[in-house]
Amino acid sequence: MSDSDHVFELQDLWKERRDARTGKTVSVLQGITAQVEAGALVTIVGPSGAGKSTLLSLLNRLEDPDRGYIRYRGRDLADWNVLELRRRVGLVFQQPVMLDGTVEDNLLFGPRLAKSERPIDTAAFLERAGLPPEMLRRPGHELSGGEQQRVALARTLVNDPEVLLLDEVTSSLDLESEQIIESLIRNLNIQGLTCIWVTHDLGQAQRLDGQVWVLIGGRLEQAAPARALFTGERTPLADAFLQGRLRERERTAL
Amino acid sequence: MSDIQLLSTYAFVAIAMILSMVQNLKLERELLIGTIRATVQLLAIGYILQFVFSMQSWPYILLMLALIVGGAAANVAGRGQGLPRVMSHAVLALTVTEIVAMGLLLVLHIVDATPQYIIPVSGMIVGNAMVTSSLLVNRLRAEVAARRQEILVALSLGASSAQASAVILRQSIRAAAIPIMDNLKTVGLVQLPGMMTGMIIAGANPLQAVRYQLMVMFVLTVATSLCAMIMGYLTYPTFFTAVHQLRSELATTGK
Repeated sequence: MSDSDHVFELQDLWKERRDARTGKTVSVLQGITAQVEAGALVTIVGPSGAGKSTLLSLLNRLEDPDRGYIRYRGRDLADWNVLELRRRVGLVFQQPVMLDGTVEDNLLFGPRLAKSERPIDTAAFLERAGLPPEMLRRPGHELSGGEQQRVALARTLVNDPEVLLLDEVTSSLDLESEQIIESLIRNLNIQGLTCIWVTHDLGQAQRLDGQVWVLIGGRLEQAAPARALFTGERTPLADAFLQGRLRERERTAL
Repeated sequence: MSDIQLLSTYAFVAIAMILSMVQNLKLERELLIGTIRATVQLLAIGYILQFVFSMQSWPYILLMLALIVGGAAANVAGRGQGLPRVMSHAVLALTVTEIVAMGLLLVLHIVDATPQYIIPVSGMIVGNAMVTSSLLVNRLRAEVAARRQEILVALSLGASSAQASAVILRQSIRAAAIPIMDNLKTVGLVQLPGMMTGMIIAGANPLQAVRYQLMVMFVLTVATSLCAMIMGYLTYPTFFTAVHQLRSELATTGK
């Protein structure tokens, strides 16, 4: 398989972090090697502290690995203009954060940065996220958490990304918002958008029915299609995690 | 003021000490150390100024100015502990501020180019710019910590470090400059500014004292805003790497 079939190639990624409380350095990621194919829907599951969010922040270069490298479309991340890379690889965070101004200001934040001249139908982006066009004039801070997260998702999509990174985006939302976001992402994925979705909700990983990466203690314990994984083809450690039987000493980095 | 008169003023210290002992405030030691330090420091400065004034030569004036800027920069650096290159940034910001403010005063012939004017006015300019810079550094660091998530969102949408911190930088500069502006609005209503008081006691016509006070306040307004701006623009990039990554470890609320 040639390089170009892979959107992302992750090669032996290591990342250390200083624990603010104990002052000790821990290896959050311990040699992650994996590939993401174009148009894939990858869900990353694992216990908290397994390094899921850290891994996402490496993919759009909010952080750099201490060792190893990442290639995007065959080119090392360091060779990309980082600002352009972040437009191509959009990231939505767990906690929705509204920037200053109205919902429309939020949606146009990316295009305004790029001084883009292309016309943008902001109302259409809102409607795809299940929100009424009248909301455009409202201050972002006034919306509910679920509405804010849908605006945050639309705000990233306005940038017209090639890959979408999602960091537990539905974990603090009501059921309705969660369903709207899930179906929106699924539709986008069907249309060819590559998605990498971190979740702690195993039911969600099963529903999304894509490739699942099980991350435990900073290592990629298993990567398998959701169907295979949830019908029992698992490594012992992945099995322990999926059954909720993972012991404390196995969760965290060794 | 004669030596006898000066010595008599220590009666005030004695009263404070007696009050402290009667009330068991345990402030005697602090009072004693404070009194001795103030006396020694001010006398030393008095003799140094007397010497520099008598020399009337630029090398001594510039040396004095360098000491003033260095001391002030060290103070700002103390507030900004942990931030990269904060000392050199403070030296640069304060030096530029002093050159611009004092330069204008000299070029426009508002003050004479003699140490009697240059050194005390410079002390006021740099001293106030120092306070503003410290406020700026503190505020900027606190804002970056408090709005970390917003910065990350902006970066993720393709913003550069400058674009991601523009709002925070503006707010921090405003916040740092506000105390001086407030000063401008209330001056003279509650108490007379120190310099004006000094001139009046020394026998100057109050209206003449007012003129100098206005000059000083206008100069300070410009100087502090300018210094806050320079310091802000030098400091915000230190929170980011060259590839527009937030250095979260610097963005703490401080000690």
